[in-house]
Amino acid sequence: MLYRENGQFKTTYAADQQTFPIAQDRWAILAILAFAFLGVPLFVDEYLLRAILIPFLILSLAALGVNILVGYCGQITLGAGAFMAVGAYAAYNFHIRIEGLPLLLTLLFGGVAAALVGIVFGIPSLRVRGLYLAVATLAAQFLTDWVFLRVPWFTNYSSSGSVSVANLQILGWQIAEPIDKYLFCLSWLTVFALLAKNMTRCAAGRQWMAIRDMDVAAEVIGIRPMVAKLSAFAVSSFFVGIAGALWGFVHLASWEPAAFSVDRSFQLLFMVIIGGLGSIMGSFFGAAFIVVLPIALNQFLPALGRLLGVTVSTAGVAHAELIVFGVLIVFFLIKEPHGLARLWSTGKEKLRLWPFPH
Amino acid sequence: MGFFFETLIGGLMAGMLYSLVALGFVLIFKASGVFNFAQGAMVLFAALAMARLSVWIPECLGIDGRVLGNTLAFVVAGALMFVVAWLVERFVLRHLVNQEGATLLMATLGVAYVLEGVGTSVFGTEVYKIDVGMPKDPVLILEGSFEGGLLINKEDFVAALVAALLVALLALFFQKTSTGRALRAVADDHQAAQSIGIPLGRIWVIVWFVAGLVALVAGIIWGSKLGVQFSLATVALRALPVVILGGLTSVPGAIIGGLIIGVGEKLSEVYLGPYIGGGIEIWFSYQLALVFLLFRPQGLFGEKIIDRV
Repeated sequence: MLYRENGQFKTTYAADQQTFPIAQDRWAILAILAFAFLGVPLFVDEYLLRAILIPFLILSLAALGVNILVGYCGQITLGAGAFMAVGAYAAYNFHIRIEGLPLLLTLLFGGVAAALVGIVFGIPSLRVRGLYLAVATLAAQFLTDWVFLRVPWFTNYSSSGSVSVANLQILGWQIAEPIDKYLFCLSWLTVFALLAKNMTRCAAGRQWMAIRDMDVAAEVIGIRPMVAKLSAFAVSSFFVGIAGALWGFVHLASWEPAAFSVDRSFQLLFMVIIGGLGSIMGSFFGAAFIVVLPIALNQFLPALGRLLGVTVSTAGVAHAELIVFGVLIVFFLIKEPHGLARLWSTGKEKLRLWPFPH
Repeated sequence: MGFFFETLIGGLMAGMLYSLVALGFVLIFKASGVFNFAQGAMVLFAALAMARLSVWIPECLGIDGRVLGNTLAFVVAGALMFVVAWLVERFVLRHLVNQEGATLLMATLGVAYVLEGVGTSVFGTEVYKIDVGMPKDPVLILEGSFEGGLLINKEDFVAALVAALLVALLALFFQKTSTGRALRAVADDHQAAQSIGIPLGRIWVIVWFVAGLVALVAGIIWGSKLGVQFSLATVALRALPVVILGGLTSVPGAIIGGLIIGVGEKLSEVYLGPYIGGGIEIWFSYQLALVFLLFRPQGLFGEKIIDRV
């Protein structure tokens, strides 16, 4: 009754092709954005920001990037962590080596560096696909792990191997407090989510999807596989690289290569698959799920233990977390292989017909 | 020269362990098309079970023969691996038939988390030693041919012998028994196999069980050499280049690929490492695999069924 597009007539092509064609969607997005920018800062505390909201925003951005590659272009990657690392370390090197480079440009250059590396490691995708490609991207992961650990130039010869940045500011706006960091990350995410949404609707996005669905057919109708695949790698790595730079600069402030290990790559792929392949919305759901689940389990399991009269040790919680995490992943894959985004769209279809389903 | 050969033999021994892990990969991939990331967790789980059971069982039953205790532990650990195989088929694979490769891969990662969690919470997280009575003392061989001879662990020889025996047994099982023939049929074509009455579900249980047994043997050899610890779970990642090199569908490929990677890692670490900084073992094998992917994607011995673009 509420969510219905009857009576919304489109009189121009522009109206017909806008990003959110249904008025309710537009209002909902605006309301969510307004709440995120204005409402959330009113009541959150520092713990919520540091532990949940900032990681969620940055990992959503990374998941968007991975989703462009895996969900829209159909190229499996297990090297997303590597591109995050490239983004972070490249931005760090621009930051310390070019005096007075604005923060915005630093982060963008980090993304560009990640995109270039992404193109190089995307070359195997022109020869192989599927799980073989996954192994090729793992090669990127292990190589970058090693490079940032062993080549001292990248870490500016720091003796401990960890690097740190301080005193971030844009036009006099000091990004020091968690709330500033939150707003900063949220702005990036908003811009890039809109960019991703539109990019997947334009010529490039359609090419990616054609390649994903059937590469031979795509080639026959005149899509160049090399351009389509490498552009997907470049755009995806750009997103992931910026997320990596944000993760290093804003979230951690001081980091070592272990922050972008192969576990991070798996985590990002989990987000995309649980959230929904080929769905912008799904990237957010997946990121929320993966960020919140361990924290929720960490809080919930000892409480459950007390309820049953068993004291659960910290190690016990860590093990139980692993088990529950694994079980939930398998459960989700079985129950909804198309991800949480599919549940969302089913819900939307139901809502459209409600309360008269026939 | 002696040093070179010692490095070579050390590499061969490490490679043999990779081969055993890779073997588990290949078996499962052939039979069900699943890229089993849980193989490393299975090795960890089996090794933990073996390490603890070989202490617990003699304590409970009051046996003090090491041989009897170890045999019982091996049987019980094997039975545990069967339970794992059955559970995986019943609760995971059965529901994911005909899903995409990426989904199955993620599901095996879920299985890996569960196995790691269960293994460490039941058997504990300390570093355990598995003592199956392998000879520890090093011997010198070929003293005539080189100055100083070659220093070799007897243990490594026994381990190599066990691995060779295992591969021979597997080959016999695949070639000569009716179950083995059914397994090969499933590997060739799922639908055709099903249409002539081969129960897919049972075949999957069997093949995961066999992979579990291979994991158990790999875990025992690894455990008696280096101790059982949590890092064993990451051995799956070390074994991935092996299967790419050898070919995903080839059992001999897994063995030879493992040996090549093992030797390559050790030699590159010793002779190349000092020039470009140490610790290159982990990515060297991946770059080797990458070269193979670019020029010979089916691996050394794999069938040419790979998704070429």
